[in-house]
This record gives sequence, C-alpha cells and structure tokens, in this order.
Amino acid sequence: MEDAGFILGSYFLTFATVALFAWRTVRSGRKLGQQVPDDEKYWL
Amino acid sequence: MTTIDPARAEHETERQPASPPRRSTATRGTRIIGIGAIVALGWLIAFGLGFSPADRDQLESVRILYVHVPTIWLAYLAFIVTAVSSAMYLFSKKKSLGWDRAAGASAEIGVTFVAVTLAVGAMWGRLTWGVFWQWDARLTTTALLFVTYIGYLAVRRLGGSHEQRAKRSAVLGMIAVVEIPLVHFSVKMWRSLHQEATVANLDGDTKMDGLMLFSLFVGVIAFTLLYVWLMLHRTRAMAMEDLLEERGLDDALVARRAEAAATTPPPTSTTTSTTTTGSDS
Repeated sequence: MEDAGFILGSYFLTFATVALFAWRTVRSGRKLGQQVPDDEKYWL
Repeated sequence: MTTIDPARAEHETERQPASPPRRSTATRGTRIIGIGAIVALGWLIAFGLGFSPADRDQLESVRILYVHVPTIWLAYLAFIVTAVSSAMYLFSKKKSLGWDRAAGASAEIGVTFVAVTLAVGAMWGRLTWGVFWQWDARLTTTALLFVTYIGYLAVRRLGGSHEQRAKRSAVLGMIAVVEIPLVHFSVKMWRSLHQEATVANLDGDTKMDGLMLFSLFVGVIAFTLLYVWLMLHRTRAMAMEDLLEERGLDDALVARRAEAAATTPPPTSTTTSTTTTGSDS
C-alpha cells in the first residue's frame, strides 16, 4: 500500500507541475499579448 | 423574453476596446502540438499505471520509471538546446536576440523538470533503497546540474542591456552543458547506488520487456511534445517582455529629456534675437 502512495504521488507531482507550468506560461502570454499590438507579434 | 437595460448596454459598449482584440502566444500550430501532448500524456498514464507489467525485482515501483526517465530526458534536451542557442547567439554574425530568448526559455523548462526528476527520484529511492536521498554520484551530480542552471537563470536577471544579458548568459549556457555527460556517465565513473542506463547505454543492448519499453517510449514522446509546446509559448512571451521593456526604457528617456528641457532656460531666445537684429541691420 505504501508503494501505491509513492507511485501515485510521483505521477501526481509530475502532472501537477506540468499543469501549473503550462498554466503560468499561457497566462503570462495572454497578459503580455494584451499590451503588445498584433502587428509586432512575429508569430501571427 | 429578456429586456435590455439601456444603462447597462451603454456601460458594456464603453468596455469594448477601441482597437482590434490583441492575441496571445497561441497559434493553430501550438494548439495542435498541445492537443498531441495531452493525448500522449493520457496514454502515458494508461500505460504507465495500467497496461505495463510489474518488474521482477522492483515490482510495482518500476512504474515511476515512466515519468522519471522522460522528465530527465526533457531536462537534458532543454539544456542542450540552451547550449546550442547560446552558441548560435555568440558565433552568428547577426547576433539575433531570438537565440538568447530560446536559450533562456529552454533553461527555465529544464530547471523545472530537473526539480521534478529529483523529487520523483527521491520517492523511487524511498521505495527501492529505503531512503529519500543519498549522496550518491548520480544524485549529487543531478543536484549540481539543478543548482548550476538556477545560477544561469539568476545571471539572466542581472541588470544591463539585452545584448549584455545575452552575451554573459550565452557563455554560461555553453559551459554548464558539460555537466550533462558528467551526470549521465556518473554511474559508470563512480560506484553508484543508482542503476546504469537501461536503454541509452553504449553497448546498445536494451534489457527491457517490450511493453515496458513502449510505455517509456510513449513517455518520451509525450514530454518532447510538451517541451516544444512550452518553448513556443515561452519564447513568444519573452519576445513581448523584451519589447515592452525596451518601450518602457524609450518612454522613460523621452520623459527625462522633456523634463530636462523644461528645467533648462531656453538658449534659443538670445540667438533668435541676435539673428533678427543682424538681419534687420
């Protein structure tokens, strides 16, 4: 049972970090995107 | 039937931006890669926790392998991209800051995933060795790698122009990458508790069950897609950060010049009067 806790914990930790990092990245992109005109965004 | 409050409608109209809506760092390409990464991560959970068999020696704890190895793979990849981008910045004639931003974004991602590798590895160590941490060669060199790239990110945040930032961090990014072979071959160079490479070994002999190897492969693909997705978003966000910073500096310079012009007595009045007098005579 202890094994299950650590195994699931390791998956939870990995996926929670991925989700948090992805959310922060997208949010900062949205906030900055509001301040910069579209014609200055090289990817559009 | 709903009625529209005229006062509210007027307020809503006022809130509408006059300029066209400004778009974020997402594009059609990032959406496709993002969906691909989510699907692959779902497969990783299914294979890692469900379909793949238990190991003969490590039993169920081997399932941690499917997140532990892909996260350190992603970190290695990220740091190699940092080094390559740094070299491209330093040695190219154009000195494009895009290379510098790619190096910085990649290092941020790499540091995050080395931290995950260390934390997940500690959990695996607790199950297999009975302890969370040992000052073992592999663990210690990985911790050193983590601290080095934290230092790299700190150096990027020092003052100066974008060019100064790019130059000093490029030098560090090229030096720091030397630690990757040190981490990878630490298990061969020193006596280590950590197992040797099962897949990426020099003799090319993979000692793994087919379904286990497939699960690991799914993990590597999933995290590589995730890396590409994060890189695209982060480099675009950094380009906007640099642009706004430059604009802020330009605005500050204009304001300072205006302030200086307002406080200094205008020398042009004497000149004008002299010229006028001269022309009159």
